[in-house]
Amino acid sequence: MNSTIILQQLVNGISLGSLYGLVAIGYTMVYGVIRLINFAHGDVMMVGMYFAFVGVAMMFLPWWAAFLLSMFATAIVGVLIDRIAYKPLRNASRISALITAIGVSFFLENLFLVVFGGVPKAFPVPSLFGGAINVNGVIFPNIAIITPIVAIVFLLMLLFVLYRTKYGMAMRALSLDMETVRIMGINVDLIISMVFAIGSLLAALGGVFWAMRYPAINPLIGIMPGLKAFAAAVLGGIGSVTGAAVGGFIIGISEILVVAFFPSLAGYKDAFAFLFLIFVLLFKPTGIMGEDLERGRF
Amino acid sequence: MSLSRNSILTIISILLLFTFVWYANNNLTPYAVRIWENTAIFLMLAASYNLINGVTGQFSLEPNGFVAIGAYVAAILTLTPDQKDAMFIIEPMVPWLKNIHMSFLPSLIIAGLVTAFVGFLLGFPVFRVRGDYLAIVTLGFGLTIRVISNNTITITNGALGLKGIASYTNIWWCFGWAILSMIIIMRIVYSAFGRAMKAIRDDEDAAIAMGINTFWIKMAAFVIAAFFEGVGGGLLAHLITTISPTMFTFFLTFQLLIIIVVGGLGSMTGTVMATILVIWGSEILRFVEQPMNIAGLHIPGIPGMRMVIFSILLIVIMIFAREGIMGQREFSWNWLFSIFKKSKSEA
Repeated sequence: MNSTIILQQLVNGISLGSLYGLVAIGYTMVYGVIRLINFAHGDVMMVGMYFAFVGVAMMFLPWWAAFLLSMFATAIVGVLIDRIAYKPLRNASRISALITAIGVSFFLENLFLVVFGGVPKAFPVPSLFGGAINVNGVIFPNIAIITPIVAIVFLLMLLFVLYRTKYGMAMRALSLDMETVRIMGINVDLIISMVFAIGSLLAALGGVFWAMRYPAINPLIGIMPGLKAFAAAVLGGIGSVTGAAVGGFIIGISEILVVAFFPSLAGYKDAFAFLFLIFVLLFKPTGIMGEDLERGRF
Repeated sequence: MSLSRNSILTIISILLLFTFVWYANNNLTPYAVRIWENTAIFLMLAASYNLINGVTGQFSLEPNGFVAIGAYVAAILTLTPDQKDAMFIIEPMVPWLKNIHMSFLPSLIIAGLVTAFVGFLLGFPVFRVRGDYLAIVTLGFGLTIRVISNNTITITNGALGLKGIASYTNIWWCFGWAILSMIIIMRIVYSAFGRAMKAIRDDEDAAIAMGINTFWIKMAAFVIAAFFEGVGGGLLAHLITTISPTMFTFFLTFQLLIIIVVGGLGSMTGTVMATILVIWGSEILRFVEQPMNIAGLHIPGIPGMRMVIFSILLIVIMIFAREGIMGQREFSWNWLFSIFKKSKSEA
């Protein structure tokens, strides 16, 4: 195990981690605002992949147009999911909303299975993302360089929106006390829709980069990365956007390093994120950067 | 006096049920018998899942893990050493498991006990967290079990799974276990123990203040449910006769969740009704996947449409009929007789 290999694994880990981070932000923002684990978020990511696939492979759009279209359309899907499935349950018990989210997740998976079939589709990777740079034996695939940069740019943009704009202030206020915010005359439903739009847009972005990293997509592809991103959001402290990004990097990097250092454990890598999460929750029940939740929210 | 009347009625209805099983076994098509067997197994799984989720109010997502453990343990115990030799082609099975061979009933009970023990161990980390976090941790457990069964090739034969499991499970075994589990679970629900569980569901902090040891009550619900889910897994393995890690995905948990939600979280009567409704409903819904001719118009079958309709149904139920069929109410003989009395007095 020399430094080149370790560096190589770090490159892989950071790019994978930034994908988890992008998806985790959607989980954490929705949870922060309406206290709902949006189980369908991993499938929203899958929807983003398919929109980009349709744009590039079936409508023959240039890749950037297809990607933008995918982000925009996925944002609309996210808002629709909230309006149709979650909004009627705003005042219902937490379990009802959670079960509905699981239902939405299965609906998206099965709808896309019906429409696109279960056979994996080859995702066309634009040439810009295809190459690689070799620095002293460490291979930097273009995609592994671009992904973290894009992720960090979008994270900074999101932090700007959250902490420097009126809407961001409304989102943060909403996560503290929805009723008071409503009394203050803020359009709560509009703000929640914005949160879903932002989360879904970032999930689509993560999905598109995931599809370029592993260029075979199927309707069930969102489940695993979705669950791990979710683990990342909880690890970072659910409700904290920075925490989600940090959690994503931790999960991504440690997953890659575990497989690199202990190849015999490679088969267990899908369970690793969760075991790690359970371990952390035992010592820090609300995650690394989590608020101190009061006990028993159900 | 009323207690003995009710006990007699209960015994009579169980006898009637066994008459039905005897009739079904002799007169129904194998397809219908198979669906009834499935219904009974799912009733057992759903009722024990409801004990944790509905009665104790601990929203957990673990049954697929428990069922998988039970299925693997029971299958490994009933397979003969020769079969194991022939099946484990990548790597041979560990010798201490290979030479064990048992008949059906003890292997089911051991499957239940092993699963209950795993549930006991899992309870310690799981019940340190509450609410949403509990759902996450148990979801992770189900996932971990699947990953483990995929990778411990010397025990589970990995992704190839186990084949040629003797088809011991028949409709008698299924209904026998289903009724046994229902009786035990109902006894628990109506005991002081069950009231403590409901107290935890309604207000955990108040339950603690009342001096209830919430950890051990939750743990007891978990271990009892794990036992029956393990047995149910064993029954499933010997019904389908072949198991592999892909059988025990989150989808299994999802099906059970639909059942207990449709029936009403916390209501065992609702669970019975919903199990029949969901299992038979999903068979009836198969027609949407068949090609159809309606008034000369040919509609090709759409594979997978059944699940789309199913998930829409779940969402609609959650939005418009959150309580499910029964809410938290239960059927009882006294309730039945009170209806008759009321209609008599009105007449």
